[in-house]
Amino acid sequence: MTLAQFLEICLVVLVLGAGAWTIAARSAHAAITGFVSYGLLLSLVWVQLAAVDVALAEVAIGGGLTGVLLLTAAARLQGRESQPIQWPSRLHRCVAAVLCTALTAALCAVVLWLPDPAPTLAPAAAGALPALGLGNAVTGVLLAHRALDTVLETVVVLLALVGVWSLAPDRYWNGRPGQRQEVDSDGVLPFFARVLPPIGVLLGIHLVFVGANAPGGKFQGATVLAAMWLLVMMAGLRDAPAIGSRWLRIGLVFGPAVFFAIGLIGIGTAGAFLAYPPDYAKVLIVTIELTLMVSIALTLGLLVVGPPERPDTR
Amino acid sequence: MSSTTLFGMCAAALVGLGLYGLLIHPQTLRRIVAFNLLGGGVFLMFGVVARRGAAAGMASDPVPQALVITGVVVAFSATALAIALLLRLFADSGDASLRSPPHDGVAADRTHV
Repeated sequence: MTLAQFLEICLVVLVLGAGAWTIAARSAHAAITGFVSYGLLLSLVWVQLAAVDVALAEVAIGGGLTGVLLLTAAARLQGRESQPIQWPSRLHRCVAAVLCTALTAALCAVVLWLPDPAPTLAPAAAGALPALGLGNAVTGVLLAHRALDTVLETVVVLLALVGVWSLAPDRYWNGRPGQRQEVDSDGVLPFFARVLPPIGVLLGIHLVFVGANAPGGKFQGATVLAAMWLLVMMAGLRDAPAIGSRWLRIGLVFGPAVFFAIGLIGIGTAGAFLAYPPDYAKVLIVTIELTLMVSIALTLGLLVVGPPERPDTR
Repeated sequence: MSSTTLFGMCAAALVGLGLYGLLIHPQTLRRIVAFNLLGGGVFLMFGVVARRGAAAGMASDPVPQALVITGVVVAFSATALAIALLLRLFADSGDASLRSPPHDGVAADRTHV
């Protein structure tokens, strides 16, 4: 066994250990801490699988942003559940364990019997890159071959936000999410919320901009921007925006609207919805990426802070 | 065993673990966490397929990778919506689990509120 194989086995053991802890931990808080570690370890597996774009998305969204969302919910539910927790009976758990083991075994069999040579679309994706002016094949797939997926995905994210907002009580509609955070002048959080955002904003925009040629892209970059915004809100340096704000709503739909508009222009200039006219593909793709970055960062941040819970008092 | 097979087995085990948590946990928040664990396993399976499809000078097939990035973002949106539903359920009923009310009296009380 080589050193690389040994390290890969160690990584798998750690991922499975963190996953098992996430299920077995007694308190929700401990389970979610395990889940965040699981996200970080899983991103190392993605690097081993030569998928650095996915590793960045997993660590930023799967581990980081989902972790903040779950930890906030756990803190609000902790110790306030009136009825005692009832675990299912031993029989119920045994049956569930047997079924899940059978599923794992079936999936293992599928992995062992995957077709060889493996089917691949890499040559097709690589062949189209020069025409698009891109160096990162994943960005090429997201914004050219499967652009319809991406444009609909931005709509899904927006719809999820509409769903979250629609859970607000009527009296707080157009109000502000969460509780107003007071600035703790002795705390370390306001310090970090002042020092980190300039670096984080630069990093986020960099991730979007290099996404055309290197690992990165709008989702990864927008997540970093959303994280910086959340840090500033959690430290109390800026209040969460009122969801009725006109500018906020324009910002939310701006990116998807530009994407749809460029897609529609493609019908006239390149003969198909979401097709790019030759020579202008790179410019249009970078325009879409940068405008989507703003809208996705706003949407992700607002998804974490949740529905409005207080009136918009100034 | 090749590294793709090893990571494929890992993905299979994660799907099993996540599904087990989803089936047996009484608290809804823990079920949401388990569902995300399951999702991570499914995405990893895609990663294994992508890595095996290395060709044309690329170390990994970009199409499954792009699908997984889309999936990660959609999974986050669904989780955020689920958490918002859970917190609203808790605010309205004081209970954060999905079981039916223990006796008819509670259900009758709720209809009068």
